[in-house]
Amino acid sequence: MMKKLVFVAIPLVVAGLMAWGFYQAMYVAPDDAMQGPIFRIFYYHVPNAMLCYLFFSINAVGSVLYLAWRGRNFARAQAADAWSLAGAEVGVVYCSVVLITGPIWGRPVWGIWWTWDARLTTTLILWLIYVSYLLLRRFAAGPEMRTLAAVLSIFGAIDMPINYLANRLWRTQHPAPVFGGGPDSGMKDPQMLAAFGWNVLAWAAWGLMILVWRVSIERRQQGIDGAVATAALAAD
Amino acid sequence: MAELEEQNATRKPRQPTAWSALVWAHLVWAHLAKDLRIELRSREAVQSMLFFALLVVVLFSMAFDPTAAMAREIAAGVLCVATLFASVSMLNQAWAREMRHQVLDALRMTPSDGAALFLAKTLANFLFVTAVQGVLAPVFFIMYNLHPSGDAWLLLAVIPLGTWALVVNGTFFAALSMRSRNRELLLPLILFPIFLPALLAMVLSVKTLLNGDGSDPHLLWMKMLVAYDILFTTIGLLLFDVVLGAE
Repeated sequence: MMKKLVFVAIPLVVAGLMAWGFYQAMYVAPDDAMQGPIFRIFYYHVPNAMLCYLFFSINAVGSVLYLAWRGRNFARAQAADAWSLAGAEVGVVYCSVVLITGPIWGRPVWGIWWTWDARLTTTLILWLIYVSYLLLRRFAAGPEMRTLAAVLSIFGAIDMPINYLANRLWRTQHPAPVFGGGPDSGMKDPQMLAAFGWNVLAWAAWGLMILVWRVSIERRQQGIDGAVATAALAAD
Repeated sequence: MAELEEQNATRKPRQPTAWSALVWAHLVWAHLAKDLRIELRSREAVQSMLFFALLVVVLFSMAFDPTAAMAREIAAGVLCVATLFASVSMLNQAWAREMRHQVLDALRMTPSDGAALFLAKTLANFLFVTAVQGVLAPVFFIMYNLHPSGDAWLLLAVIPLGTWALVVNGTFFAALSMRSRNRELLLPLILFPIFLPALLAMVLSVKTLLNGDGSDPHLLWMKMLVAYDILFTTIGLLLFDVVLGAE
């Protein structure tokens, strides 16, 4: 009963948050003085970019924990692996949203869909690395695959700070960070700030919900695989 | 599995003294000398890489039909991509050689750490790729009618740095993808995204040097390449034992 309530109530709350975020971004927040209504894509582009770092961080932490635990505590290591897999999958989805909304925004504002500047390029590289991580998980099998994937994930995690610093180190076409970029940064309009805040919250809740579902599916799959392996051993 | 881990744990901790550093250097040299001797006798890697890279250069000049000005623009990229494709074919072979007759398993059983093996393999591959570039570069300059107008001597620093970035990651991920199904396919899929920042830095610095246009006065891209090399070599050395021992 309790479980059912959780499975119904949480998606409802998350869907409500998403709808509220959409309302705030599309109807409440004012048009941007320079860019007009197209600026509203900001409320999707930036929260997704921030959150894809969160999910890739979950992937990195899960991978490091897997490597640390795999020799001593296999059950805990498997749990860490499930989290890192889910983190990579949800992160790739969020990163895809960033890469799709970016050109849609860039076309009217910059006049081009895409440019090879540092920030755009490194985001694309980040996406490619985590897609290759998911491919590696397809191509290998068993605990060996988990170890190799965890190693690759550490390489991906090193690319992440390079990406984050890219538009702070190099002069880029991509605008300087809105938040935490300098004394002049930060949003001035409280309604814009509210719309942005609601969207960060809504997308975070949505992503975390999918993440937890994905982890529980993967845990079940691990349980099934383990039972199959044990049965095969017993049959011998 | 757990016992193996324990053995590893008891084997690893050693005091970093001058003596152990010397022993380690000797180990690296033993691996390296073996690889160089095999290559000197067979010349498989260098010959196939050379021919492959030459083919890529010819293919590109057919595909783009470059004029002199355009050649200078794309030359850096063509040289890097030619090296990249040629080395991927060689890197797969580098570990496949160790798989025959279970040589790799034998190496895993020796009481030396994987980092020495990794460093030696990387050095050997680096020498092979550099040899190929040494032959290829003059041909390349002639076929593309290049007259460098910047500090061309810096090319002697940039190209080895870029090659090292390629080879250190390539050797690492070749060992990693050896352990999967369809290994030949997997290596480029993993290696290229990781190598992309280095490729970008290498191409942009070579372009600056060939053009002499002062687009990168502080050699920022070259410094980034150095940082990239140091970072990825360190992680490769630290994590190679994990890949080698993955069960």
